[in-house]
Amino acid sequence: MSSRFAFLSEAGMDRSSLIKGLQLVQKKEGFISDEAISAVAGHFAMSEAEVEGVVSFYAQFKRNKPGKYQLSVCDGTACHIKGSSLIQEWISMELGIRPGETDTDALFSLETVACLGCCSLAPVMSINGKVFGKLDRKGTIKILKDYRKNG
Amino acid sequence: MADSKIKIIRVGTASCGIAAGSDEVLKAIRGRVSQDVSVEEVGCIGHCYAEPIVEVVTSSGEEIAYSNVKADNGAIDSVLSLGNEFRFEIPRARAQKECIKVTRLAGKIVPTSIEEYKANGGYSALAKSLSSTPEWVIDEVKRSGLRGRGGGGFPTGNKWHFLSLKKADEKIMICNADEGDPGAFMDRSMMECVPHQVLEGMLIGAYATGATKLFIYCRAEYPLAIKNLSAAIKQIYENKLNVLDGRSLEIIIKEGAGAFVCGEETAMIASLEGKRGMPRFRPPFPTDRGWMSFPTLINNVETFANIPLIISEGGDEYAKLGTLTSKGTKLFALAGDLKYPGLIEVPMGITLGEIVFDIGGADRDSVKAVQTGGPSGGCIPVEHFDVAVDYDSLRSLGAIMGSGGLIVIGKERCMVETARYFLDFTHRESCGKCTFCRVGTKRMFEALERITGGSGTEDDVKFLEQMGPMVRKGSLCGLGQTAPNPVLSTLRYFRNEYDDHVKKRQCAAFQCNALTDVAIDQKNCIKCKLCIKNCPVNAVSDDFVIDNSKCTRCNTCIEVCPKNTIHRVKRGEGYYSSSPEVKNGQN
Repeated sequence: MSSRFAFLSEAGMDRSSLIKGLQLVQKKEGFISDEAISAVAGHFAMSEAEVEGVVSFYAQFKRNKPGKYQLSVCDGTACHIKGSSLIQEWISMELGIRPGETDTDALFSLETVACLGCCSLAPVMSINGKVFGKLDRKGTIKILKDYRKNG
Repeated sequence: MADSKIKIIRVGTASCGIAAGSDEVLKAIRGRVSQDVSVEEVGCIGHCYAEPIVEVVTSSGEEIAYSNVKADNGAIDSVLSLGNEFRFEIPRARAQKECIKVTRLAGKIVPTSIEEYKANGGYSALAKSLSSTPEWVIDEVKRSGLRGRGGGGFPTGNKWHFLSLKKADEKIMICNADEGDPGAFMDRSMMECVPHQVLEGMLIGAYATGATKLFIYCRAEYPLAIKNLSAAIKQIYENKLNVLDGRSLEIIIKEGAGAFVCGEETAMIASLEGKRGMPRFRPPFPTDRGWMSFPTLINNVETFANIPLIISEGGDEYAKLGTLTSKGTKLFALAGDLKYPGLIEVPMGITLGEIVFDIGGADRDSVKAVQTGGPSGGCIPVEHFDVAVDYDSLRSLGAIMGSGGLIVIGKERCMVETARYFLDFTHRESCGKCTFCRVGTKRMFEALERITGGSGTEDDVKFLEQMGPMVRKGSLCGLGQTAPNPVLSTLRYFRNEYDDHVKKRQCAAFQCNALTDVAIDQKNCIKCKLCIKNCPVNAVSDDFVIDNSKCTRCNTCIEVCPKNTIHRVKRGEGYYSSSPEVKNGQN
């Protein structure tokens, strides 16, 4: 196996750690490339199809390279009734991307997620794990502008 | 010195506190106090609406809480001088109705300090269990009447009893921390704030049942919970608390990978084996054949968090609280259209009205319904708010207790759109194994899309009524069996809203875009042009008329209008002079 994926040994060899192995890949590389699928299949001694099957089942795993900042707009119940679809629309308009897409500068990726567990601050979104709550249009756009300014 | 009387400052730094800005507050406070003041990062006390919350303990032992403490609003000055500004009082109605037992230590101790947990009685229940027999422990749990807090409501003591009878080389115990219901955050809060309490419950369970390998299957979306649990597990190993009766236990955290169905026990087991998380037929039940074919028991985070309390005070004492069939307290994640969202702990048997109006502070005239149990649950209308909350009463209303998400829905929300939202979620999360769940939820979702999209017919509504029970019957696991609940419960209680959409082509809540226009009240408009400047699609003309064929219903103009003169109105009817009443008026 190439040394690029040597870190897979952290997950151990047991097949029950396949998901853990894939999570390690995604943490290091940001997404799961075709090369990663082969490497993981080799490591756990299973077929690439089996690995791909597990990857495609779980929403967490991404097969495309994401932008520098991952915007996750929460569309949990509380956020939804507090207007999260509008938040997503405003972001889409500002950045010109739909959920599941990355902008041309590879700076922002947008996705909607089921629930970030901060329902009392609804509507919320997270950027690379940092949560922003009680969003309105102005606040949301300001946050995006601040991130863009900082590159 | 200003802070001479202050001994300890506790800053709430659970996820919701951090989202409200407690990180900066913590930094600012650390930079301003002297060495002899202990600044602690604690969990959350459940009053999310008041975050960031800072609590001060004085040298005389007095505890003073401050709310909405931001780094830049002067609140820190008040905190450090023990001033009166920004002081936080628990709303009186909530203080009276709540019953703090399981969450007693949340927000009061440093989550990752085993010493503080022990100093507050932690691990004494484990010691008490170890000094008695496993049979005694199981008997106490049975007597307590504790039922699974994850939503199923299966008696915990019985489950433990089944596993204890099994003879196997290894027995597995799994803590279900895959809190996937959108709108629920009880488990997150417990794991972040009192990880040791959850783990103590697991260790007691392992002693009682003979389990040797303990898994915690936690959502990857909860990084802080995973961090705090990992730290707590390390301390357990260091203190050899994982050695029970000469047996050494392994405790492993596994991160989920974002599949709602993995909350179902057989799917979770498949996921823990590294496979696609698809449920399987039962029997064999996991206690007979579970993880890697070993006997396996799965309980929810909140269930485990109740165990130390039961052992400490005794099963009979615990069972004094609650209703005939549901004992103890329940945590609810209260959110939606109300004044005081947060995490609450209430005795079983409290009414929905007490929760929503008294504790939540919701306005009696503005609430339409409450949604319990997330996408598996149902909407209960305000007329039924006198029902006592327990597993069985909620089921009789077509909803479920679920894991404890409780979303208050105001009168300005459309119930058809709410049902569409849940089906959007479940049809995407269906694992695809059972045809009725895979295809049936999709067809139901499409019918709801047509109805909210303005092209629905009465046949679509009839179809929903027919397909719902079929999906329920034709699905193997809880996801499919409960997926139709939001639709069937809204059809049962809010049939008029469905009829309005398909017969009158009207959404009384003005929420469904296809049935709604946006219009400016010319009489009160001050011609400030903010709407024109901000409209992203140039739909507002120079004489302040909105071209609804261009308008995307993005609400931007409504948000920027300083005089609140732009409203959503019924499609094709332009602006009503009485619009504000029309907007809020229901049925």
